Amino acid sequence: MTELPADKALDMPSSETRSARPRYRDALIALVAFAVLALLPMLFSSKFLLDFVIRCAAYGLFATSLNLLVGYTGLTSFGHGMFFGLGAYGFGLMMQRTGVAVPVAFVATLAITFVVALVIGAICVRLKEIYFAFVTLAFQMLIHSTILSWVSLTGGDQGLRGGIPRPAFLGIDLSNHLHLYVASCALLVVGLFLMYRIAQSPFGYTLRMIRDNATRASFVGIDVWRAKLTIFVLAALFAATGGMIMALFVSGAYPEFAYWTISGEGIFINMLGGVTTFLGPMVGTALFLILNDTVTRVTEYHGIVLGIVILFFAIGLRKGLMDFVIEWIAQRRERSGERG
Amino acid sequence: MDLDALTGCLTSSACLVTQTTSGFIIGMLLFLVAVGLTLIFGVLKVVNFSHGAFYMFGAYFAMTAYQFTGSFALAMLCGAAGTALLGLVFERVFMSRVYGRDVLMQLLVCYAFVLIFDDVVRMVWGPEFKSMGMPAAFQVMPLFIAGGVVPPYYLLLIGVALVAALILGLGLARTRIGKVIRAAAHNPGMVSALGINTGLIYGGVFALGGMLAGLAGALAAPVRSLTPGMGFSVLIESFIVTVIGGMGSILGALIGALLIGMIRSFGSLGFPLFTEGLMYLFMVIVLVSRPTGLFGKEVA
Repeated sequence: MTELPADKALDMPSSETRSARPRYRDALIALVAFAVLALLPMLFSSKFLLDFVIRCAAYGLFATSLNLLVGYTGLTSFGHGMFFGLGAYGFGLMMQRTGVAVPVAFVATLAITFVVALVIGAICVRLKEIYFAFVTLAFQMLIHSTILSWVSLTGGDQGLRGGIPRPAFLGIDLSNHLHLYVASCALLVVGLFLMYRIAQSPFGYTLRMIRDNATRASFVGIDVWRAKLTIFVLAALFAATGGMIMALFVSGAYPEFAYWTISGEGIFINMLGGVTTFLGPMVGTALFLILNDTVTRVTEYHGIVLGIVILFFAIGLRKGLMDFVIEWIAQRRERSGERG
Repeated sequence: MDLDALTGCLTSSACLVTQTTSGFIIGMLLFLVAVGLTLIFGVLKVVNFSHGAFYMFGAYFAMTAYQFTGSFALAMLCGAAGTALLGLVFERVFMSRVYGRDVLMQLLVCYAFVLIFDDVVRMVWGPEFKSMGMPAAFQVMPLFIAGGVVPPYYLLLIGVALVAALILGLGLARTRIGKVIRAAAHNPGMVSALGINTGLIYGGVFALGGMLAGLAGALAAPVRSLTPGMGFSVLIESFIVTVIGGMGSILGALIGALLIGMIRSFGSLGFPLFTEGLMYLFMVIVLVSRPTGLFGKEVA
């Protein structure tokens, strides 16, 4: 984001003091968040709510990992959805074809994503922003068209059907809806925690510096290409995790998971929530899913409605929701400071 | 993989002519879309992510005009003029608000319009596949060139696209308007200071780009099926063309489009499952060896 340095100046000192505090504080917050999510089914047994949280976990991991690229590094990827699809298909195929245990398939899918992201990233991260956006998009379309045409492996436009076997492991049975819910929450919280640690690490601040001034970064001795490639691959791994949650949730994988619209939705989610805060994309995810569900129920032309909402945010507000919340808090603090 | 079919075709003149013609068709349609994309990028410094929608609208406008009037020439005119108007309005009302803002915003505005335009087409013309049908004037015996079959309409399509390329190239290089456009691409502030309305130029270039895409859609309408969302794959391919040819270069767009056309046409014989893949592979090779594209001047 080129227009944000002013906001960043506001945001930097507070995050520095935060990272200076003991590290276990973040871990504690993560634990509490997980406990709250895990205890939710005891209070509300509605399947709809649990489904909603699982979808939030899948899309949230994807959108937050995209924010590592867009918001923190200034890499506007328009093909990040390919890793979401890759995760879903990789995991689904592994479970259907080989019958290995769930954790093995999980790790193996991450390994495949790692290799693919490394190759694609090595080609893309050198490119200037608009080229980067479109070449990542082109790779997304390549993966999508491969999925469509490789019918014998992927089932073509029908997707992976017949359900994904989910054998129990270590007492966790993912075909049980409640177990799946808790596992998704755990993956979400662990994923967010790891991404937060990456964002607050010295490496995370290197990324912000690259975003604000790549030339200066390379002059002080940072290997910009290597840093960009590293975050590209890391973000891909989290996006693939989101895809795996999605594959587990729907017990299948469909070409739509790898279609470019997923990437567009990810960008929109980031815009909706705001890219200047770490949790902005999570807020955006919840908003987007609610919006999408409502619109789909009301009209079959949900593209028009979503398009108008996007225009309202992009041209009208020019900021995400969390950006307004942050501003509002800052203003309040200022006002109370004046009074006291 | 079916290399026998490919070598078999390369040694037979009939097959060679047929495949080359079909490569030219694909390439010329892509060129018309890609040249608009590259022109808009060259002058306005934005990539019109919704450019495929203009191709789609061109096809639908032409089909409707043809159904009402029965005149093929009028259908082409409607397709081109309608999308030119659409481009002008789109640029003045929406795109002009995001110049100089970051790429994310520009992509989002265009993304919104891809969604909106696709749904508008679905509303007005329905979600099913449509076909315009070959105009009566062209329902004649195909030509036989060296044993290969070439429908006359294909020749018209190639001819129209070539004329458009020639007018565009000469117009930009030789005329006063062309000079102003090139100047605006180079230094809009100075052009504006000299008393030229840059807003008008921006709108005009966007309208021109939209018109070329619309013309491509109108020309494609008799030979391709029409469906909402038909513009997106064309957009991706024409972007690949501009990456290969070099952003901002008209000659590059022409060469890139013809290369992609031939790759698609001959690749579908040799690698039926990997035709799309070949295209991307070629793009990657160009990107790695010449990041500015074959004819790009600016540093990418």
